[in-house]
Amino acid sequence: MKIELLKLAHARSGDKGDTANVGVIALKDEFYPLLVREVTAEKVKEHFGAIVKGKVERFELPNLGALNFLLHESLGGGGTLSLMTDAQGKTFSTALLRMKIEIPETEASELGL
Amino acid sequence: MKEKVRVASGQGFWGDLLTAPVEQVRGGQIDYLMLDYLAEVTMSIMQKQKQRRPEAGYARDFVSLLQEILPECVEKDIKVLSNAGGVNVEGCAKAIKTVAQELGLSGKVKIGVITGDDILLRLDEFLEKSVEIKNMDTGESLSLIRDKVQSANVYLGAKPLVEALGKGAQIIVGGRLTDTGLTLAPLMHEFNWSFEDWDKVATGTIAGHIIECGAQASGGNCQYDWQNIPDLANVGFPIVEAYPNGDFVITKHEGTGGRVNVQSVKEQLLYEMGDPREYITPDVVADFTTIHLKDDGENRVKVSGIKGKPNTEFYKVSIAYSAGWKAVGTLVYSYPDAFEKAKMADLILRSRLDKLGLQFDVILAEFVGVNATHGHLAGEPPKDIPEVQLRFGVRGQSKEDVERFTKELAPLILTGPPSVTGFAGGRPKVEEIMAYFPALIPKDLIETRVEILDA
Repeated sequence: MKIELLKLAHARSGDKGDTANVGVIALKDEFYPLLVREVTAEKVKEHFGAIVKGKVERFELPNLGALNFLLHESLGGGGTLSLMTDAQGKTFSTALLRMKIEIPETEASELGL
Repeated sequence: MKEKVRVASGQGFWGDLLTAPVEQVRGGQIDYLMLDYLAEVTMSIMQKQKQRRPEAGYARDFVSLLQEILPECVEKDIKVLSNAGGVNVEGCAKAIKTVAQELGLSGKVKIGVITGDDILLRLDEFLEKSVEIKNMDTGESLSLIRDKVQSANVYLGAKPLVEALGKGAQIIVGGRLTDTGLTLAPLMHEFNWSFEDWDKVATGTIAGHIIECGAQASGGNCQYDWQNIPDLANVGFPIVEAYPNGDFVITKHEGTGGRVNVQSVKEQLLYEMGDPREYITPDVVADFTTIHLKDDGENRVKVSGIKGKPNTEFYKVSIAYSAGWKAVGTLVYSYPDAFEKAKMADLILRSRLDKLGLQFDVILAEFVGVNATHGHLAGEPPKDIPEVQLRFGVRGQSKEDVERFTKELAPLILTGPPSVTGFAGGRPKVEEIMAYFPALIPKDLIETRVEILDA
Protein backbone atom coordinates (compact mmCIF):
# COMPACT_ATOMS: atom_id res chain seq x y z
CA MET A 1 0.00 0.00 0.00
CA LYS A 2 0.99 3.62 -0.48
CA ILE A 3 1.15 5.90 2.50
CA GLU A 4 1.79 9.61 2.78
CA LEU A 5 4.88 10.55 4.79
CA LEU A 6 2.66 12.97 6.72
CA LYS A 7 1.26 9.90 8.54
CA LEU A 8 4.73 8.79 9.64
CA ALA A 9 6.69 11.93 10.38
CA HIS A 10 6.75 15.59 11.31
CA ALA A 11 9.31 17.99 9.92
CA ARG A 12 10.93 21.42 10.02
CA SER A 13 12.83 23.16 7.26
CA GLY A 14 15.11 26.16 6.89
CA ASP A 15 17.80 27.64 4.68
CA LYS A 16 21.52 28.07 4.28
CA GLY A 17 22.17 30.19 1.24
CA ASP A 18 20.63 28.45 -1.78
CA THR A 19 20.28 25.14 0.10
CA ALA A 20 17.10 24.15 1.93
CA ASN A 21 17.36 21.70 4.81
CA VAL A 22 14.49 19.48 5.88
CA GLY A 23 14.59 17.60 9.16
CA VAL A 24 12.16 14.66 9.07
CA ILE A 25 11.25 13.16 12.45
CA ALA A 26 9.45 9.85 13.00
CA LEU A 27 6.10 10.34 14.77
CA LYS A 28 6.80 7.08 16.62
CA ASP A 29 10.18 5.46 17.26
CA GLU A 30 9.09 2.30 15.47
CA PHE A 31 8.56 4.25 12.22
CA TYR A 32 12.21 5.29 12.04
CA PRO A 33 13.62 2.14 10.34
CA LEU A 34 10.92 2.49 7.70
CA LEU A 35 11.98 6.11 7.06
CA VAL A 36 15.63 5.06 6.78
CA ARG A 37 14.71 2.35 4.28
CA GLU A 38 12.19 4.23 2.15
CA VAL A 39 12.99 7.93 2.34
CA THR A 40 16.32 7.83 0.53
CA ALA A 41 18.18 10.78 -0.97
CA GLU A 42 17.37 9.46 -4.45
CA LYS A 43 13.63 9.21 -3.76
CA VAL A 44 13.56 12.68 -2.21
CA LYS A 45 15.34 14.11 -5.25
CA GLU A 46 12.81 12.40 -7.49
CA HIS A 47 9.90 13.64 -5.36
CA PHE A 48 10.92 17.29 -5.66
CA GLY A 49 11.75 17.06 -9.37
CA ALA A 50 12.46 20.46 -10.92
CA ILE A 51 12.15 22.24 -7.54
CA VAL A 52 15.57 20.94 -6.46
CA LYS A 53 18.18 21.75 -9.11
CA GLY A 54 21.23 20.43 -7.24
CA LYS A 55 21.92 17.22 -5.39
CA VAL A 56 20.15 15.86 -2.32
CA GLU A 57 22.18 14.72 0.69
CA ARG A 58 20.83 12.67 3.59
CA PHE A 59 22.13 12.36 7.15
CA GLU A 60 20.84 9.95 9.79
CA LEU A 61 20.17 10.86 13.42
CA PRO A 62 19.01 7.57 14.99
CA ASN A 63 19.22 9.17 18.44
CA LEU A 64 16.39 11.54 17.48
CA GLY A 65 14.58 9.14 15.14
CA ALA A 66 15.27 11.69 12.44
CA LEU A 67 16.74 12.21 8.99
CA ASN A 68 18.19 15.47 7.75
CA PHE A 69 18.09 16.33 4.07
CA LEU A 70 20.04 19.02 2.28
CA LEU A 71 18.38 20.12 -0.95
CA HIS A 72 21.00 22.04 -2.90
CA GLU A 73 20.11 24.81 -5.36
CA SER A 74 16.47 24.97 -4.35
CA LEU A 75 15.83 28.54 -3.27
CA GLY A 76 16.23 30.65 -6.41
CA GLY A 77 19.65 31.87 -5.27
CA GLY A 78 18.74 32.10 -1.60
CA GLY A 79 18.82 35.03 0.80
CA THR A 80 17.83 38.36 -0.70
CA LEU A 81 18.71 37.20 -4.23
CA SER A 82 15.68 34.97 -4.42
CA LEU A 83 12.36 36.19 -5.80
CA MET A 84 10.47 33.22 -4.33
CA THR A 85 7.68 33.59 -1.76
CA ASP A 86 9.47 30.94 0.24
CA ALA A 87 13.03 32.17 -0.23
CA GLN A 88 13.96 30.67 3.14
CA GLY A 89 12.60 27.21 2.46
CA LYS A 90 10.20 27.29 5.41
CA THR A 91 7.54 25.21 3.62
CA PHE A 92 9.86 22.59 2.14
CA SER A 93 9.09 20.53 5.25
CA THR A 94 5.43 20.03 4.36
CA ALA A 95 6.30 19.69 0.67
CA LEU A 96 8.43 16.67 1.57
CA LEU A 97 5.71 15.22 3.81
CA ARG A 98 3.52 14.96 0.70
CA MET A 99 5.78 12.15 -0.50
CA LYS A 100 4.14 8.73 -0.76
CA ILE A 101 6.05 5.62 0.18
CA GLU A 102 5.32 2.01 -0.64
CA ILE A 103 4.91 -0.33 2.31
CA PRO A 104 3.79 -4.01 2.43
CA GLU A 105 0.32 -4.53 3.95
CA THR A 106 1.66 -6.81 6.70
CA GLU A 107 4.27 -4.31 7.80
CA ALA A 108 1.69 -1.53 7.77
CA SER A 109 -0.65 -3.46 10.05
CA GLU A 110 2.23 -4.38 12.39
CA LEU A 111 3.00 -0.68 12.70
CA GLY A 112 -0.66 0.11 13.30
CA LEU A 113 -1.00 2.09 10.06
CA MET B 1 29.51 27.56 42.14
CA LYS B 2 25.78 27.73 41.44
CA GLU B 3 24.11 24.32 41.41
CA LYS B 4 22.11 25.33 38.35
CA VAL B 5 22.02 28.25 35.93
CA ARG B 6 19.03 29.47 33.96
CA VAL B 7 19.61 31.16 30.61
CA ALA B 8 16.50 32.59 28.96
CA SER B 9 15.98 33.34 25.28
CA GLY B 10 14.49 36.77 24.70
CA GLN B 11 14.59 37.28 20.96
CA GLY B 12 14.96 34.92 18.02
CA PHE B 13 15.64 37.58 15.39
CA TRP B 14 15.49 41.36 14.93
CA GLY B 15 11.75 41.85 14.76
CA ASP B 16 10.65 39.12 17.16
CA LEU B 17 8.01 39.68 19.89
CA LEU B 18 9.02 42.82 21.77
CA THR B 19 7.32 41.65 24.96
CA ALA B 20 9.17 38.30 25.11
CA PRO B 21 12.34 39.46 26.91
CA VAL B 22 10.28 41.52 29.35
CA GLU B 23 8.24 38.45 30.23
CA GLN B 24 11.38 36.35 30.62
CA VAL B 25 12.64 38.84 33.23
CA ARG B 26 9.31 39.17 35.07
CA GLY B 27 7.76 35.71 34.67
CA GLY B 28 10.04 33.71 36.96
CA GLN B 29 13.61 33.20 38.05
CA ILE B 30 16.39 33.52 35.46
CA ASP B 31 20.12 34.27 35.72
CA TYR B 32 20.88 35.29 32.15
CA LEU B 33 18.95 36.72 29.25
CA MET B 34 20.30 36.16 25.73
CA LEU B 35 19.07 38.05 22.70
CA ASP B 36 19.96 37.30 19.09
CA TYR B 37 19.29 40.20 16.73
CA LEU B 38 21.38 39.32 13.71
CA ALA B 39 20.45 37.45 10.57
CA GLU B 40 22.86 37.53 7.64
CA VAL B 41 20.90 40.26 5.90
CA THR B 42 20.83 42.41 9.04
CA MET B 43 24.50 43.43 8.97
CA SER B 44 24.25 44.98 5.51
CA ILE B 45 21.05 46.84 6.44
CA MET B 46 22.79 48.22 9.49
CA GLN B 47 25.83 49.21 7.42
CA LYS B 48 23.55 51.25 5.16
CA GLN B 49 21.93 52.95 8.15
CA LYS B 50 25.36 53.83 9.47
CA GLN B 51 26.41 55.32 6.14
CA ARG B 52 23.45 57.67 6.32
CA ARG B 53 23.79 58.43 10.05
CA PRO B 54 27.16 57.63 11.69
CA GLU B 55 25.51 57.16 15.11
CA ALA B 56 23.19 54.40 13.75
CA GLY B 57 24.00 50.81 12.68
CA TYR B 58 22.80 48.74 15.63
CA ALA B 59 19.49 47.31 16.93
CA ARG B 60 17.74 50.26 18.60
CA ASP B 61 15.14 47.79 19.93
CA PHE B 62 17.74 46.54 22.37
CA VAL B 63 18.26 49.98 23.86
CA SER B 64 14.50 50.55 24.18
CA LEU B 65 14.21 47.16 25.86
CA LEU B 66 16.90 48.03 28.41
CA GLN B 67 15.03 51.23 29.20
CA GLU B 68 12.23 48.99 30.38
CA ILE B 69 14.07 46.12 32.08
CA LEU B 70 17.45 47.41 33.22
CA PRO B 71 16.38 48.36 36.78
CA GLU B 72 14.94 44.87 37.33
CA CYS B 73 18.00 43.22 35.81
CA VAL B 74 20.23 45.15 38.21
CA GLU B 75 17.99 44.39 41.18
CA LYS B 76 17.74 40.65 40.41
CA ASP B 77 21.31 40.43 39.06
CA ILE B 78 20.20 39.16 35.66
CA LYS B 79 22.98 39.48 33.12
CA VAL B 80 22.09 40.31 29.53
CA LEU B 81 24.07 39.10 26.49
CA SER B 82 23.36 40.31 23.01
CA ASN B 83 24.74 40.83 19.51
CA ALA B 84 22.59 43.96 19.11
CA GLY B 85 25.70 46.06 18.39
CA GLY B 86 25.56 45.19 14.70
CA VAL B 87 28.10 47.32 12.84
CA ASN B 88 28.29 50.03 15.51
CA VAL B 89 29.00 48.31 18.82
CA GLU B 90 30.50 51.42 20.41
CA GLY B 91 27.47 53.49 19.43
CA CYS B 92 25.17 50.88 20.93
CA ALA B 93 27.21 50.75 24.16
CA LYS B 94 27.11 54.54 24.45
CA ALA B 95 23.33 54.53 24.05
CA ILE B 96 23.07 51.89 26.78
CA LYS B 97 25.24 53.98 29.07
CA THR B 98 22.95 56.97 28.53
CA VAL B 99 19.91 54.84 29.35
CA ALA B 100 21.55 53.57 32.55
CA GLN B 101 22.38 57.11 33.63
CA GLU B 102 18.86 58.35 32.88
CA LEU B 103 17.48 55.52 35.01
CA GLY B 104 19.67 56.63 37.90
CA LEU B 105 21.85 53.54 37.70
CA SER B 106 25.21 55.34 37.35
CA GLY B 107 27.92 53.35 39.03
CA LYS B 108 25.72 50.26 39.21
CA VAL B 109 26.05 48.90 35.68
CA LYS B 110 29.13 47.63 33.90
CA ILE B 111 28.73 47.34 30.13
CA GLY B 112 30.89 44.78 28.34
CA VAL B 113 31.78 45.88 24.81
CA ILE B 114 33.10 43.28 22.35
CA THR B 115 34.65 44.43 19.08
CA GLY B 116 36.95 43.05 16.41
CA ASP B 117 34.37 41.15 14.36
CA ASP B 118 34.00 43.94 11.81
CA ILE B 119 36.76 43.47 9.23
CA LEU B 120 35.34 45.68 6.46
CA LEU B 121 38.24 48.13 6.83
CA ARG B 122 40.79 45.31 6.95
CA LEU B 123 39.80 43.53 3.72
CA ASP B 124 42.34 45.38 1.58
CA GLU B 125 45.05 44.70 4.12
CA PHE B 126 44.23 40.99 3.86
CA LEU B 127 44.21 41.10 0.06
CA GLU B 128 47.58 42.92 0.03
CA LYS B 129 49.05 40.31 2.35
CA SER B 130 47.71 37.62 -0.01
CA VAL B 131 45.48 36.14 2.67
CA GLU B 132 43.29 33.78 0.72
CA ILE B 133 39.63 34.71 1.13
CA LYS B 134 37.58 32.41 -1.06
CA ASN B 135 33.86 31.77 -1.29
CA MET B 136 33.24 28.54 0.66
CA ASP B 137 30.48 27.48 -1.72
CA THR B 138 31.76 28.53 -5.14
CA GLY B 139 35.52 28.87 -4.62
CA GLU B 140 35.58 32.31 -6.23
CA SER B 141 38.03 34.90 -4.96
CA LEU B 142 37.07 37.95 -2.92
CA SER B 143 38.83 40.25 -5.40
CA LEU B 144 36.06 39.58 -7.94
CA ILE B 145 33.47 41.34 -5.75
CA ARG B 146 35.72 43.54 -3.59
CA ASP B 147 34.36 46.87 -4.93
CA LYS B 148 30.75 45.83 -4.20
CA VAL B 149 31.27 44.74 -0.58
CA GLN B 150 28.94 46.41 1.94
CA SER B 151 29.83 44.60 5.16
CA ALA B 152 32.28 41.96 6.34
CA ASN B 153 32.07 40.35 9.76
CA VAL B 154 33.73 37.45 11.47
CA TYR B 155 31.54 35.19 13.61
CA LEU B 156 33.03 35.40 17.10
CA GLY B 157 32.45 32.69 19.69
CA ALA B 158 31.97 32.58 23.45
CA LYS B 159 35.50 33.47 24.61
CA PRO B 160 35.19 37.27 24.60
CA LEU B 161 31.78 36.94 26.28
CA VAL B 162 33.28 34.82 29.05
CA GLU B 163 36.04 37.40 29.46
CA ALA B 164 33.47 40.20 29.79
CA LEU B 165 31.49 38.19 32.35
CA GLY B 166 34.73 37.62 34.26
CA LYS B 167 35.24 41.36 34.39
CA GLY B 168 31.85 41.79 36.01
CA ALA B 169 29.83 43.01 33.03
CA GLN B 170 26.07 43.14 33.59
CA ILE B 171 25.12 43.98 30.02
CA ILE B 172 27.26 42.66 27.19
CA VAL B 173 26.96 43.87 23.66
CA GLY B 174 28.86 42.83 20.57
CA GLY B 175 28.52 42.70 16.81
CA ARG B 176 28.58 39.42 14.90
CA LEU B 177 28.72 37.12 17.90
CA THR B 178 27.42 33.63 17.15
CA ASP B 179 23.90 32.97 18.41
CA THR B 180 25.09 29.88 20.25
CA GLY B 181 27.91 31.68 22.08
CA LEU B 182 25.37 33.88 23.86
CA THR B 183 24.09 30.81 25.74
CA LEU B 184 27.36 28.90 25.97
CA ALA B 185 29.28 31.77 27.61
CA PRO B 186 27.22 31.98 30.83
CA LEU B 187 27.62 28.22 31.38
CA MET B 188 31.40 28.34 30.77
CA HIS B 189 31.64 31.26 33.18
CA GLU B 190 29.43 29.89 35.96
CA PHE B 191 30.67 26.29 35.93
CA ASN B 192 34.32 27.08 35.18
CA TRP B 193 34.25 24.69 32.24
CA SER B 194 37.47 24.53 30.23
CA PHE B 195 37.43 25.63 26.59
CA GLU B 196 39.27 22.37 25.87
CA ASP B 197 36.55 20.25 27.46
CA TRP B 198 34.96 19.69 24.04
CA ASP B 199 31.95 17.75 25.32
CA LYS B 200 31.00 20.57 27.68
CA VAL B 201 31.57 23.23 25.02
CA ALA B 202 29.42 21.21 22.61
CA THR B 203 26.75 20.88 25.31
CA GLY B 204 26.50 24.63 25.84
CA THR B 205 26.55 25.18 22.09
CA ILE B 206 23.64 22.82 21.49
CA ALA B 207 21.73 24.40 24.37
CA GLY B 208 22.27 27.68 22.53
CA HIS B 209 21.11 26.22 19.23
CA ILE B 210 17.87 25.05 20.86
CA ILE B 211 16.91 28.45 22.29
CA GLU B 212 18.45 30.84 19.75
CA CYS B 213 15.31 30.96 17.62
CA GLY B 214 13.07 31.91 20.52
CA ALA B 215 9.67 30.25 20.63
CA GLN B 216 10.54 27.86 17.79
CA ALA B 217 11.61 25.53 20.61
CA SER B 218 8.52 26.08 22.75
CA GLY B 219 5.60 25.52 20.42
CA GLY B 220 5.95 28.19 17.74
CA ASN B 221 6.15 26.93 14.15
CA CYS B 222 5.81 23.41 15.53
CA GLN B 223 4.17 20.85 13.26
CA TYR B 224 3.79 18.10 15.79
CA ASP B 225 0.19 18.19 17.06
CA TRP B 226 0.08 21.92 16.32
CA GLN B 227 -3.68 22.17 16.74
CA ASN B 228 -3.40 21.31 20.43
CA ILE B 229 -0.49 23.52 21.44
CA PRO B 230 -2.04 25.71 24.13
CA ASP B 231 -2.29 29.50 24.20
CA LEU B 232 0.24 30.54 21.57
CA ALA B 233 -0.99 34.11 22.11
CA ASN B 234 0.96 34.05 25.36
CA VAL B 235 3.74 31.76 24.21
CA GLY B 236 6.56 31.38 26.71
CA PHE B 237 10.07 31.65 25.25
CA PRO B 238 12.46 28.80 26.03
CA ILE B 239 14.83 28.65 28.99
CA VAL B 240 17.94 26.49 29.44
CA GLU B 241 18.31 25.20 32.99
CA ALA B 242 21.87 23.90 33.07
CA TYR B 243 23.80 21.81 35.59
CA PRO B 244 27.58 21.65 36.25
CA ASN B 245 27.82 18.04 34.97
CA GLY B 246 26.67 19.15 31.51
CA ASP B 247 23.07 17.99 31.63
CA PHE B 248 20.45 20.61 30.91
CA VAL B 249 16.70 20.98 30.73
CA ILE B 250 14.75 23.02 28.19
CA THR B 251 11.72 24.60 29.82
CA LYS B 252 9.70 27.84 30.00
CA HIS B 253 8.09 29.95 32.71
CA GLU B 254 5.02 28.61 34.53
CA GLY B 255 1.72 30.01 33.34
CA THR B 256 2.87 30.85 29.83
CA GLY B 257 1.48 29.40 26.59
CA GLY B 258 3.12 27.15 24.06
CA ARG B 259 4.60 23.75 24.77
CA VAL B 260 8.04 22.30 25.40
CA ASN B 261 8.23 18.59 24.67
CA VAL B 262 10.59 16.15 23.00
CA GLN B 263 8.97 16.82 19.63
CA SER B 264 9.22 20.61 19.80
CA VAL B 265 12.89 20.33 20.80
CA LYS B 266 13.63 17.81 18.04
CA GLU B 267 12.12 20.12 15.42
CA GLN B 268 14.30 22.99 16.58
CA LEU B 269 17.43 20.82 16.78
CA LEU B 270 17.05 20.03 13.08
CA TYR B 271 16.40 23.64 12.07
CA GLU B 272 19.04 24.98 9.65
CA MET B 273 21.06 21.82 10.19
CA GLY B 274 23.83 20.69 7.85
CA ASP B 275 25.88 17.59 8.63
CA PRO B 276 24.67 16.72 12.14
CA ARG B 277 28.02 15.18 13.11
CA GLU B 278 29.87 18.37 12.25
CA TYR B 279 28.08 21.41 13.63
CA ILE B 280 30.93 23.91 13.40
CA THR B 281 31.17 27.04 15.54
CA PRO B 282 34.23 29.10 16.51
CA ASP B 283 34.21 27.23 19.84
CA VAL B 284 33.74 23.57 18.95
CA VAL B 285 32.58 20.97 16.44
CA ALA B 286 29.43 19.55 18.03
CA ASP B 287 27.95 16.14 17.21
CA PHE B 288 24.14 16.19 17.07
CA THR B 289 23.99 12.42 16.74
CA THR B 290 25.00 12.11 20.41
CA ILE B 291 22.11 14.11 21.85
CA HIS B 292 19.83 12.23 24.20
CA LEU B 293 16.38 13.70 24.91
CA LYS B 294 13.94 12.69 27.62
CA ASP B 295 10.64 14.12 28.86
CA ASP B 296 11.22 15.44 32.36
CA GLY B 297 7.72 16.45 33.40
CA GLU B 298 5.33 19.00 31.93
CA ASN B 299 7.09 21.48 29.63
CA ARG B 300 10.49 20.10 30.57
CA VAL B 301 12.86 18.15 28.31
CA LYS B 302 16.12 16.82 29.65
CA VAL B 303 19.12 16.87 27.30
CA SER B 304 22.26 14.82 27.95
CA GLY B 305 25.07 12.77 26.43
CA ILE B 306 26.42 15.43 24.06
CA LYS B 307 29.89 14.96 22.55
CA GLY B 308 32.11 17.46 20.83
CA LYS B 309 35.38 17.62 18.92
CA PRO B 310 38.13 20.28 18.85
CA ASN B 311 37.34 23.53 17.09
CA THR B 312 38.94 24.53 13.79
CA GLU B 313 41.72 27.04 13.04
CA PHE B 314 39.33 29.30 11.18
CA TYR B 315 36.60 31.82 11.77
CA LYS B 316 33.71 32.02 9.38
CA VAL B 317 33.34 35.41 7.70
CA SER B 318 30.08 36.70 6.35
CA ILE B 319 30.58 39.23 3.58
CA ALA B 320 27.61 41.03 2.03
CA TYR B 321 27.91 42.64 -1.39
CA SER B 322 25.45 44.46 -3.60
CA ALA B 323 24.31 42.28 -6.45
CA GLY B 324 21.68 44.22 -8.37
CA TRP B 325 18.07 45.19 -7.88
CA LYS B 326 14.72 43.52 -7.53
CA ALA B 327 11.01 44.24 -7.15
CA VAL B 328 8.00 42.01 -6.49
CA GLY B 329 4.34 42.95 -6.97
CA THR B 330 0.99 41.21 -6.68
CA LEU B 331 -2.53 41.24 -8.13
CA VAL B 332 -5.52 39.14 -7.03
CA TYR B 333 -7.95 37.49 -9.47
CA SER B 334 -11.32 36.10 -8.37
CA TYR B 335 -13.71 33.32 -9.36
CA PRO B 336 -14.67 32.29 -11.98
CA ASP B 337 -11.54 31.01 -13.72
CA ALA B 338 -9.29 32.76 -11.22
CA PHE B 339 -6.20 30.71 -12.11
CA GLU B 340 -6.71 31.14 -15.86
CA LYS B 341 -7.04 34.91 -15.46
CA ALA B 342 -3.87 35.12 -13.37
CA LYS B 343 -1.99 33.02 -15.94
CA MET B 344 -3.14 35.29 -18.75
CA ALA B 345 -2.08 38.38 -16.80
CA ASP B 346 1.37 36.80 -16.40
CA LEU B 347 1.67 36.32 -20.17
CA ILE B 348 0.49 39.85 -20.95
CA LEU B 349 2.94 41.34 -18.47
CA ARG B 350 5.88 39.34 -19.86
CA SER B 351 4.99 40.40 -23.38
CA ARG B 352 4.89 44.08 -22.38
CA LEU B 353 8.21 43.89 -20.51
CA ASP B 354 9.71 42.24 -23.54
CA LYS B 355 8.40 44.95 -25.87
CA LEU B 356 9.89 47.62 -23.62
CA GLY B 357 13.28 45.93 -24.06
CA LEU B 358 13.91 45.65 -20.31
CA GLN B 359 16.78 43.44 -19.23
CA PHE B 360 16.43 41.11 -16.25
CA ASP B 361 18.47 38.21 -14.95
CA VAL B 362 15.40 36.45 -13.55
CA ILE B 363 11.64 36.82 -13.93
CA LEU B 364 9.49 34.73 -11.60
CA ALA B 365 5.69 34.39 -11.59
CA GLU B 366 4.06 32.51 -8.74
CA PHE B 367 0.38 31.82 -8.26
CA VAL B 368 -0.42 32.16 -4.58
CA GLY B 369 -3.24 29.75 -3.74
CA VAL B 370 -1.99 27.31 -6.37
CA ASN B 371 1.76 26.75 -6.35
CA ALA B 372 3.73 29.40 -4.44
CA THR B 373 4.87 27.10 -1.65
CA HIS B 374 4.80 23.53 -2.97
CA GLY B 375 5.15 24.12 -6.71
CA HIS B 376 3.98 21.26 -8.93
CA LEU B 377 3.70 18.97 -5.87
CA ALA B 378 0.42 20.71 -5.02
CA GLY B 379 -1.19 19.41 -8.23
CA GLU B 380 -3.84 21.17 -10.29
CA PRO B 381 -6.07 23.57 -8.34
CA PRO B 382 -9.83 22.92 -8.15
CA LYS B 383 -11.81 24.38 -11.08
CA ASP B 384 -13.82 26.60 -8.75
CA ILE B 385 -10.85 28.00 -6.79
CA PRO B 386 -12.22 31.23 -5.25
CA GLU B 387 -9.18 33.41 -5.92
CA VAL B 388 -5.56 33.37 -7.01
CA GLN B 389 -2.87 35.92 -6.38
CA LEU B 390 -0.37 36.55 -9.14
CA ARG B 391 2.96 37.34 -7.52
CA PHE B 392 5.39 38.63 -10.10
CA GLY B 393 9.03 39.47 -9.46
CA VAL B 394 12.03 40.60 -11.47
CA ARG B 395 15.72 40.84 -10.68
CA GLY B 396 18.47 42.49 -12.68
CA GLN B 397 21.55 44.67 -12.76
CA SER B 398 19.82 47.81 -14.03
CA LYS B 399 17.95 49.78 -11.40
CA GLU B 400 16.14 51.74 -14.14
CA ASP B 401 14.79 48.57 -15.72
CA VAL B 402 13.53 47.23 -12.39
CA GLU B 403 12.00 50.65 -11.66
CA ARG B 404 10.27 50.61 -15.05
CA PHE B 405 8.80 47.17 -14.32
CA THR B 406 7.10 48.49 -11.18
CA LYS B 407 5.01 50.79 -13.39
CA GLU B 408 3.62 47.94 -15.48
CA LEU B 409 1.61 46.16 -12.78
CA ALA B 410 -1.19 48.65 -12.06
CA PRO B 411 -2.10 49.12 -15.73
CA LEU B 412 -3.12 45.45 -15.82
CA ILE B 413 -6.18 46.35 -13.76
CA LEU B 414 -7.76 48.27 -16.63
CA THR B 415 -5.98 46.55 -19.51
CA GLY B 416 -6.00 42.86 -18.60
CA PRO B 417 -8.31 40.01 -17.51
CA PRO B 418 -11.37 40.97 -15.41
CA SER B 419 -12.28 40.84 -11.71
CA VAL B 420 -8.88 41.84 -10.46
CA THR B 421 -8.02 43.66 -7.25
CA GLY B 422 -5.48 43.83 -4.46
CA PHE B 423 -3.39 46.76 -5.52
CA ALA B 424 -3.92 48.98 -2.50
CA GLY B 425 -0.23 49.07 -1.62
CA GLY B 426 0.76 51.08 -4.69
CA ARG B 427 3.74 50.33 -6.91
CA PRO B 428 6.13 47.62 -5.73
CA LYS B 429 9.26 48.85 -3.98
CA VAL B 430 12.63 48.57 -5.72
CA GLU B 431 15.12 46.89 -3.39
CA GLU B 432 18.87 46.57 -3.58
CA ILE B 433 19.96 42.93 -3.44
CA MET B 434 22.61 41.89 -0.95
CA ALA B 435 24.32 38.66 -1.81
CA TYR B 436 26.48 36.63 0.55
CA PHE B 437 30.02 35.57 0.25
CA PRO B 438 30.74 33.09 3.03
CA ALA B 439 34.44 32.51 3.63
CA LEU B 440 36.94 31.29 6.19
CA ILE B 441 39.79 33.27 7.70
CA PRO B 442 42.61 32.07 9.98
CA LYS B 443 41.79 32.87 13.60
CA ASP B 444 45.20 34.38 14.33
CA LEU B 445 44.50 37.29 11.96
CA ILE B 446 41.58 38.48 14.06
CA GLU B 447 41.96 40.52 17.22
CA THR B 448 38.96 40.66 19.50
CA ARG B 449 38.75 43.35 22.16
CA VAL B 450 36.75 43.31 25.37
CA GLU B 451 36.28 46.62 27.13
CA ILE B 452 34.24 47.52 30.17
CA LEU B 453 32.29 50.74 30.16
CA ASP B 454 31.09 52.02 33.53
CA ALA B 455 27.69 53.63 33.34
